[in-house]
Amino acid sequence: MPTEAIAWADVTSSPVYLDAATAAPLHPVARQALLAALDDGWADPDRLYSQARRARHLLDAAREATADTLGVRPDELSFTASGTSAAHTAVLGGLRGRRRAGRVLVHSAIEHSAVLHAAEQHVAGGGTAVEVPVDRLGRLDLDAWSAAVTGAEVASAALIAASHEVGTVQPVEAAAAACARVGVPLYVDAAQLVGRVPVPSGWSVLTASARKWGGPPGVGLLVVRKGTRWESPWPADERESGRTPGTLNLPAVVAAAASLRAATADAAAQATRLSALVDRIRARVAAEVPDVEVVGDPEHRLPHLVTFSCLYVDGEALLHALDRRGFAVSSGSSCTSSTLRPSHVLEAMGVLSHGNVRVSLHTGNTEADVERFLTELPGIVADLREQAGVTGL
Amino acid sequence: MNVPDATGDTPDRPVGGASSDLPGQLPDEVLDCLGQRCPLPVIALARRLPELPVGAVVRVLADDPAAAVDIPAWCRMRGQEFLGAHPGPTYHIRRTH
Repeated sequence: MPTEAIAWADVTSSPVYLDAATAAPLHPVARQALLAALDDGWADPDRLYSQARRARHLLDAAREATADTLGVRPDELSFTASGTSAAHTAVLGGLRGRRRAGRVLVHSAIEHSAVLHAAEQHVAGGGTAVEVPVDRLGRLDLDAWSAAVTGAEVASAALIAASHEVGTVQPVEAAAAACARVGVPLYVDAAQLVGRVPVPSGWSVLTASARKWGGPPGVGLLVVRKGTRWESPWPADERESGRTPGTLNLPAVVAAAASLRAATADAAAQATRLSALVDRIRARVAAEVPDVEVVGDPEHRLPHLVTFSCLYVDGEALLHALDRRGFAVSSGSSCTSSTLRPSHVLEAMGVLSHGNVRVSLHTGNTEADVERFLTELPGIVADLREQAGVTGL
Repeated sequence: MNVPDATGDTPDRPVGGASSDLPGQLPDEVLDCLGQRCPLPVIALARRLPELPVGAVVRVLADDPAAAVDIPAWCRMRGQEFLGAHPGPTYHIRRTH
């Protein structure tokens, strides 16, 4: 069948990467900066010789550019070895800095697993974590949040700015106001916002991850605003204002800073373009795939991310089938996780967790990419249902 | 995908006492989906429930953690009544239409 052969060749020759929320492809500016920085960025910026001074200059420039983009002071910003490390440091440092106030951490039910794992460590060490629920669309219960942060012995609070799994944007400024009324510092995980949409105000600590905006992997951002009670939870180290230990991967930091500036300059235009594509995916998937649940807030959402679940379909089988047709997506279904548990985000929302697909777009994705995905998806799902004998249930 | 023909339902299996969401009533049918991974318990429920009369109650035994999310979600999507979950883990569903 020649037609099929041609179609298959097209598919395999042009893979469509739709998992930017995990890691966006390296931005061209990041690649350029990374290569340039390899020559001058290998020395230790803290030493007193000319090679070190060149490295110091690169690091200072990267910090100033990044702080300027984020609208914070350079001395409030530390680079970390990853977004995960930044999140761990933010949570544990916030608790340590306020240990005299108490040992209660308040967080939403839909935080990133890095935040939840830091919370687990806090609880294992005798602390307390209070989880605040979300509704069916993944929106924080603000009344429950306000009550929780007003409780006794609350040291700090953590809120993801927008869900990395379903895209729902959270009421950060209202949540921050509730924290401010009782003097509880708020940590905001802004990994899906930085480089894409403006970051809301009111937070005391913020983290982000360079690979989400097209920077290289292995660079995180940790911002601690002046006046915040925060203490590094790690053994002492003078680097990065004492907030995070270890030598930085300086060429990667330089590439992260350069690509953040480029991504931010283009962010508003990309948000408009990608948001229209996400609207199209939301509408067409709901209309053309039977028995599908498109989840997350349809309006107050990230511009680049959409999640849906296909009834009776095994999530792992769906990911493999999509991969065979050249589509890279991720899933919150239990069969795709190492723990064999469904996504805690889908669980907290009370939405279908099997047959789950998260599509997240990057700057390089085209309308044609999205059209091809939308054209092929209904048939892929139908084939899987037929193979499983669940058609018509 | 590996979906067994038999859904593992054991209608003759003796059931324990009535639960709080089944006042004075035993389920009309029990689907034993222990050991089955999602979406298999939901598929078993979707196959069996429409074969029972309206008003019938099915008890699903399913230890895949995803069942706790997916069985109530299926009831919502299909307009059937989710009566509750109990340790076991056990779920009760009533056919409403």
